[in-house]
Amino acid sequence: MSEAAAHTAIEALIRESYGRLVAYLAARSGDIAGAEDALSDALVAALQRWPIDGVPFKPEAWLLQVARNRRIDAARRRKVREEFAPIVRQLTEEAQGVAMNQQSFPDERLKLLFVCGHPAIDPAARTPLMLQTVLGLDAARIASAFLSSPEAMSQRLVRAKTKIRDSVIPFSVPEPTEWPERVEFVLDAIYAAYTTGWDSINEADTTRRSLAAEAIQLGRTLVQLMPEEPEARGLLALMLHCEARSAARTTAAGEFVPLDRQDTTRWERSMMAEAEEQLRLAAADATRDGRRMGEGRGREMRFGRYQLEAAIQSIHAHRAETGVIDWAQIALLYEGLVRIAPRIGLLVGRAVALVEAVSPERGLAALDEISDQRVTTYQPYWAARAHILSRLGRNEEAQSAFERASSLTEDPALKNHLLRRAAEIAEKR
Amino acid sequence: MKYALLVHQSQESFVQRDPAATAAAGRAYGEALIAAGVFVAGAGLDSPQVATTVSVRDGKRHVQDGPSAETKEFLAGLAIIDVPNLDVALEWAARHPAASRAKIEVRPLLGSLFATAPKA
Repeated sequence: MSEAAAHTAIEALIRESYGRLVAYLAARSGDIAGAEDALSDALVAALQRWPIDGVPFKPEAWLLQVARNRRIDAARRRKVREEFAPIVRQLTEEAQGVAMNQQSFPDERLKLLFVCGHPAIDPAARTPLMLQTVLGLDAARIASAFLSSPEAMSQRLVRAKTKIRDSVIPFSVPEPTEWPERVEFVLDAIYAAYTTGWDSINEADTTRRSLAAEAIQLGRTLVQLMPEEPEARGLLALMLHCEARSAARTTAAGEFVPLDRQDTTRWERSMMAEAEEQLRLAAADATRDGRRMGEGRGREMRFGRYQLEAAIQSIHAHRAETGVIDWAQIALLYEGLVRIAPRIGLLVGRAVALVEAVSPERGLAALDEISDQRVTTYQPYWAARAHILSRLGRNEEAQSAFERASSLTEDPALKNHLLRRAAEIAEKR
Repeated sequence: MKYALLVHQSQESFVQRDPAATAAAGRAYGEALIAAGVFVAGAGLDSPQVATTVSVRDGKRHVQDGPSAETKEFLAGLAIIDVPNLDVALEWAARHPAASRAKIEVRPLLGSLFATAPKA
């Protein structure tokens, strides 16, 4: 076998199975960094052996076997045989089991995701940790997406992995009582990966764009790993609906286009269909579980934030067929969302929906009700305020609100859009 | 795996506590730890006002009145438990009677990884 063919085989294997291999090794040792090191050693060995011996019959089992041997060597080096003997014995037995068994090795990625999203982990490290361990993204690429230096990102990741190993965070699926909260941490971390990629609509910024694709991949994996969790489907649907519109968010000239004025023919139909299907399955699950749990509390819990946000995006998506937006329905969904958690972005979204569903006056009142101090520097708040004020003919205030909004965004396309709106109003005055 | 549960309490909360009720709750918690077979050691600490701090610098012993650092929160007690993992340790920390008015810091003990440490 040629070296090139072996390389191709190894690359394909990494793409397909990296997360599963790390998860399998880490779930047995509790040590993510150790698992990654052992796996890289095994990959180096594969690069040396496979061109000569050919790709083994079960390449994943081969890699696990080599990785296991490396871990035993590492354990010996640490001269703490008594402590590690049980782990080594267990690893040996299990690696042999995998090697002999015709079936593939167990998928432990869900446990790994729960460890990465554990409340004892620094929230700023959760998303990067998932991207690195489950998807195999390198620290430099993660760092650039999170606008951090590679050194700082590496340190953050190392610290998190050390904490997992030394404080013995268990690789297990949480108890039913903790399930909703723990799932939420995992979902939030994946959504953070998506929005980090999405915040920038600058086409040249390809690293951040492709992180959105990775987040969607992680979302699909999560649905696969917990098919009965409606919120996982809700999150996937939300990301897919937003991603379907990425081409329509800017004109050919790079100008920003607001959602309700986007050219719907530029929306990606296959992603929209996948999103709708996920949302339908989520609703079926949530309703069934609600009934099983009996009381309204369970029901409320199952219809969580991500399904509601995805439902709002689904209504926007319907404009592609009907040409209209059901703002009353959107306003209703925002009411539900605000009740779950009155986050600033949701309160602003609710105000904008009320403008269309009720009146600009009602929308403005909803904005005025927001007591959060952060509105002073929150760009969407000022853009929404400017929009509503211009609808009310309060042009002077609208112009200054558009200018203020423009000064609060880093995105050049959005900045230009907001400044153009300010200039249009200035002409009218 | 052994973990220390360190109780960090504010001066206000320490002054306001009802000594009899605190002692009763502490005893009940200790009994629960023993019954679960996870208790290693534990004690409440007296006020930092009666603390004395010792250090040795250049071979000379320095003794100083008071705690090592004047802070708003101080160490009010500690327990050492032996449980399988952090999640179980966090469960016990949450059940600590002081958890609702103080903070419980959970830290793994290094000793249990030393080759020379006594067998658990």
